[in-house]
Amino acid sequence: MNDMTNPNLVARELKIVGTRPLRPDGADKVTGRAKFGADMHLPNMLVGRVLRSPHAHARIRSIDTSKAQSLKGVKAVITSADLCDLPSEFIPAGEMMVNFKDMTRNVMAREKALYEGHAVAAVAAVNDRIAAQALALIEVDYEVLPHVMDVDEAMQPDAPLLHDDMFTIGVEPTPDKPSNIAKRVEFGFGDLEAGFSKADVIVEREFSTKPVHQGYIEPHACLASVSEDGQAELWCTTQGQFIVRAFCAKLLGMEVSQLRVTASEIGGGFGGKTVVYIEPLALALSRKACKPVKMVMSRTEVLQASGPTSGARIRVKVGATKDGRITAGDALLKYQAGAFQGSPVQPGAMCAFAPYDLENVRIVGFDIVVNRPKVAAYRAPGGPIAEFAVESVIDEVAMKIGLDPIEFRLKNAAQEGTRAPYGPKLGPIGLVQTLQAARAHAHYSAPLKANQGRGVASGFWFNIGGETCASLNLGEDGSVAMVVGTPDIGGSRASLSMMAAEELGISLEHIHPIVGDTSALGFNFLTGGSRVTFSSGMAVVQAARDVIEQLRERASKIWEVPLADVEWVEGHARCAGPGEARSLSLAELARTAGKTGGPIIGNAAINATGAGPSLATHLVDVEVDPETGKVTILRYTAIQDAGKAIHPAYVEGQMQGGAVQGIGWALNEEYIYDDKGHLLNPGFLDYRIPVCSDVPMIDTVIVEVPNPNHPYGVRGVGETPIVPPMGAIANAVSHATGVRFTDLPMSPPRVLAAIDAQQSQ
Amino acid sequence: MARLILDGSLRQLAGGDSVVEVDVQNVKQLLRTLSERYPALAPHLEQDSFAIAIDGEIFQDVWFAPIAPDSEIHLIPAIRGG
Repeated sequence: MNDMTNPNLVARELKIVGTRPLRPDGADKVTGRAKFGADMHLPNMLVGRVLRSPHAHARIRSIDTSKAQSLKGVKAVITSADLCDLPSEFIPAGEMMVNFKDMTRNVMAREKALYEGHAVAAVAAVNDRIAAQALALIEVDYEVLPHVMDVDEAMQPDAPLLHDDMFTIGVEPTPDKPSNIAKRVEFGFGDLEAGFSKADVIVEREFSTKPVHQGYIEPHACLASVSEDGQAELWCTTQGQFIVRAFCAKLLGMEVSQLRVTASEIGGGFGGKTVVYIEPLALALSRKACKPVKMVMSRTEVLQASGPTSGARIRVKVGATKDGRITAGDALLKYQAGAFQGSPVQPGAMCAFAPYDLENVRIVGFDIVVNRPKVAAYRAPGGPIAEFAVESVIDEVAMKIGLDPIEFRLKNAAQEGTRAPYGPKLGPIGLVQTLQAARAHAHYSAPLKANQGRGVASGFWFNIGGETCASLNLGEDGSVAMVVGTPDIGGSRASLSMMAAEELGISLEHIHPIVGDTSALGFNFLTGGSRVTFSSGMAVVQAARDVIEQLRERASKIWEVPLADVEWVEGHARCAGPGEARSLSLAELARTAGKTGGPIIGNAAINATGAGPSLATHLVDVEVDPETGKVTILRYTAIQDAGKAIHPAYVEGQMQGGAVQGIGWALNEEYIYDDKGHLLNPGFLDYRIPVCSDVPMIDTVIVEVPNPNHPYGVRGVGETPIVPPMGAIANAVSHATGVRFTDLPMSPPRVLAAIDAQQSQ
Repeated sequence: MARLILDGSLRQLAGGDSVVEVDVQNVKQLLRTLSERYPALAPHLEQDSFAIAIDGEIFQDVWFAPIAPDSEIHLIPAIRGG
């Protein structure tokens, strides 16, 4: 049963929400029947391939496609001239403000190629072999330019300049010379100097992180078909079919309603499938060839040319009194944006100290362009980088004042009413509960052996709502087709069906969830920001209540009683007025719907607000091999506030997945470039994400502090679990070795070098 | 009147003002009032996508979210997520 004291929460006993049924899409996914991005086929479809820049930074003097176009079997060749050039201004696209000047140049280079792998042309041919031959016939005249890969180097006045029209935003007065610094942001309040003067202990450290890829197993893939009259269809793997529609329509100069986008099943996204790469190219090729065009990125292309998250350099300073109260926190964040502005430094800055209740705090961030692929969102974008550094310093401060790291965090933990570093006061949150659960967990008191260490870290992420639609179509047999507009990445078909069934009072097997295409519903923001169970959940609940109201009306007409005398109880309309007790089930009312007024459809179209932040605390034990520097994760426990876990198994899955991705980020993952800006490890053999043998079973503890703005108390859970791992693991490795690790990844060569350096002192 | 708190970068754009009293009833009126009062802030309100926190609850792209006379308001960057 939910919290009875909150009038917004469903107060009755819950029968389906909180249970662990099988997912509706499970059978298709384990039998191989589910259709992913590359599984779509159409008669006479062509194969699309992209020619990519071999240079990290080069001016494009000219492109000659004539030889490729004359090759037999080639049906279309495109360059940037086939996409709209758009001015530098932020334009609403769906729910996002997008600079389409940058987007059109990222999907296809115009004046310059800005990173190795940057698309410069594309072909469509009758088969892959001919498409590859055609690419080889395209002649591009490059003027190779000096390149820059590191944020500190890119910030220098004499650094190679990526964009001669980039003048730093956020500094007064606006600079009169262009630079690679796109933006400066600052958050905070209080008096830093006074705060640090009260401190008994001050720790200040510099950190670095590398860009890491989202590591989705399924590469980007799409199939586009544009007819002669300009009507277009696109099937693709994406986190948001409506966003793809908005972006592609703008880039191709189409009305959004000319383009129908269907999201395939998705083999992982983690934020990396919230943007477009090959989709507008496939549409442009199809428009030119008048045939369907299929494009599938190779793994090399994914790693060379699709967005990772930022690499960064960070400085953090924290002061505290001997009794464990933080007096001030200061952070400087410098994030790589890749080749175009828009790193997640802003949310990173907002998250940095968010788990803590501080009187004096400042975070300054810089968004810096470099000759790398444009970054894309990755789970809690920006947060993990900043919080890795802050959680490392918090751990060191606790050590210096002799306090248990969980006790230190509890003394400073943000709670309801705490003013967040980005300004507003927080509503109900569950950080304290996660810390208390961590302290009470058997993991926290288990003994450790030589070369082993334990780390703790907490993490914060906002979560979002946004534009969302849902439709419940009541069939004549009482079954319900539930149409939602958010692709199912983490089990949302199950969680949304469960809320619909709970509301309607019918068995879960009668709800049949469908992810609709862009013609099926009004606009839906994408699956991201940990918003689907929250936002689509609210929409589904509202649509179910719309169905119930219609069913009550039909029953009142049948019984010839006032509507107020009809109540909805456990899937039945019941006559609550005086006289004989009467009842009609949902199925009985559905069967007569035609005679009582017509088909019954429940709809909801909302802009969901009130997503509550989710906080987590992670515990990890590691063992460090002093001879090789290899770090082994021995035990891992993730504890998180979910508000209300609609389907606890899928909440646990999110927590486990985030922890595993964090383990890869902490220990192994990095892009390795040569001095010409060429990526040396564009494959999963050398870009090493964790596999099963690298990680133990990730234990989970779900804490439930209900979000008062959702009918079942839901908070998003998908992003927060990737925030604490890097800090927790760095703290554990530091305790195991006695060396403070500040640079990611803590790969064996780095760890061994640090151990050797310590021993040589 | 409702109180708008400005920190960090936004305070610079508002000429150093940290607390601004605004006689508005919803977010749309707030944005219009700020653009008129602080011309340097106006292009950022138009270009960047901002969210408004009203008494701690964050509203994103919701023009008609009500603002009470005693509300505390914060202007913060919109959050998108991944």
